[in-house]
Amino acid sequence: MAHTQAVAPPRIRSRSAGMSGFVRAATPYLFLAPFLILFVCFLIVPLLFALDLSIYKDTMVGGRRLVYGQNYAKVFADPKFWDGILLLIRFAAMQIPVMLGLALMLALILDSGMVWAKSFFRIAFFIPYAVPAVIAALIWGYLYGPAFGPFTQLADYLGLPRPNFLSASAMLPSIANVATWEYTGYNMIIYFAALQAIPQDLEEVSAISGVNAWKYAIYVKLPMIYPAILITVIFSIIGSLQLFNEPYLFRSLNPSVINTHFTPNIYAYNLAFTDQQFNYSAAVSFVLGGVVAVISYIFMLVAGRRGEKR
Amino acid sequence: MAIVGKDRSSPRFRMNRRVLTLILIVFTAYAFLPLYYVTVAATKSNNDLFSTFGLWFADDFNLWQNLHDLFTYNDGIYGRWLWNSTYYAGVSAIGAALFGSFAGYAFSKFEFRFKRFFFALILGAVMIPQTALVVPIFLLLTKVGLVDTPFAVILPSLVFAPGVYLMKVYIDDAVPSELIDAARIDGAGEFKIFFQIAFRLMSPGFVTVLLLAFVATWNNYFLPLVVLNSSANFPLTVGLSNWYQVATVGSGGAFLFSIILAGSLVSILPVIIAFLFMQRYWQGGLTSGGVKA
Repeated sequence: MAHTQAVAPPRIRSRSAGMSGFVRAATPYLFLAPFLILFVCFLIVPLLFALDLSIYKDTMVGGRRLVYGQNYAKVFADPKFWDGILLLIRFAAMQIPVMLGLALMLALILDSGMVWAKSFFRIAFFIPYAVPAVIAALIWGYLYGPAFGPFTQLADYLGLPRPNFLSASAMLPSIANVATWEYTGYNMIIYFAALQAIPQDLEEVSAISGVNAWKYAIYVKLPMIYPAILITVIFSIIGSLQLFNEPYLFRSLNPSVINTHFTPNIYAYNLAFTDQQFNYSAAVSFVLGGVVAVISYIFMLVAGRRGEKR
Repeated sequence: MAIVGKDRSSPRFRMNRRVLTLILIVFTAYAFLPLYYVTVAATKSNNDLFSTFGLWFADDFNLWQNLHDLFTYNDGIYGRWLWNSTYYAGVSAIGAALFGSFAGYAFSKFEFRFKRFFFALILGAVMIPQTALVVPIFLLLTKVGLVDTPFAVILPSLVFAPGVYLMKVYIDDAVPSELIDAARIDGAGEFKIFFQIAFRLMSPGFVTVLLLAFVATWNNYFLPLVVLNSSANFPLTVGLSNWYQVATVGSGGAFLFSIILAGSLVSILPVIIAFLFMQRYWQGGLTSGGVKA
């Protein structure tokens, strides 16, 4: 700012100097204000409010009572919460590698310049992302369904046993499939953009040393988009641990498999709106947030160390 | 100049091209399967849903009847949901894109105290579980009497943190600082500079954020599920999933199936069309977000 003042011609000085200086200093805050005010109202304040909720307890006798860490201690000892976390870790371990592996393969194929109709495929893969998660779950629910799902019809026609996509053992892969369907294209677009940013001359250098297309893709391109891969893994972990929409919708298809604490978010939702236990629900949400942060952090540590070794 | 195996005339290249394109076709079939299914199913009567093969059309083309039923069932509540989704997503997107542009401009073109802190804070917000925020938002909105009103969905949706980040990155590239300095020397006020000079240059970024924020609100489920009670205020996602749960759990709800499938088709078309028409924008937007992050 001082720099601007120094080069400013006399004309600018003719305005009231004190006032203009104040306006200058306030300008960035004025631009920031609308977003920041909403950010505080609908993010910071709710977080603080939830933190406050989580250290109290509503009792029938005696009313609201400050209990400090008691709710948190209860969460840490609550098998319903940890069952949900373990389920989501299993979910993430099966879904994320499949989804990101597919996305990476598709992006490398598109970027190889060896296929027809590149831009058609790029858009086709992205379309599922435009479908709301609940609507996607609803449509897949019909596809899986025993009543008139096409897979059941095909099995009947061929005289094979009916597939049961919604049984206790198949439910998690069935949900993973919905998530993979929704987000593979989105991740592919991110990889594709990163691949497109790799300078062309690298290809020429590699060509001179006689590298073939596969080796070029795996040994040259992949390491170059390592940061993009890291980001997608982190966002996938965060998304997986917050799983809610798909199992919440599938609950009506098989309530005996998807119980009221199937995932931590479903648990927190039911605690708040079925049992009216807002205090305990808030504590569950915070511990979930903590688990998300810890898992993301551990992943970044491990991935960062691997990154340094290369 | 070519990688070995990339010589277009070689038989190996042609072989590779066939195999790779086939892989893409297989995945395209997977991506289109549910969309194809819902399109076919939306043209069938309830009886035909059960009695004909799900992946092919029935003899009786029932789409217009289904759409008629969809928009008249329950006093035409579906039309109401369609309007609500459009209204919530439209207002949220305009606000989110405008405020995101302001904030992105501040982060890109000004130096001020706590700049890094604010930016880290906004970026960090992406990590917070959405659901951890929604329950306290519900309780706070109850206190101020805003629960079950359009504001309960719109106000929290205005806080679209990725919009700030995308706009900052976009403005870094698209709006030259020299141009702003020149306008200042000419004596233009800061807000005049923003609206008359900078805004035009950042408009592709603005449209990207507009689109992404629109889709985020249109597709949102958890927030409206929690903060709305009356059916007349529901967006499509909450309304349709309610019908779905009634139809699958209750034994008498099966007559709803054809309406729900037609309703699903109608609910996804606007966003798909928006993405198709605005591909230039979202592809550019995700590019700058993904590469530079």
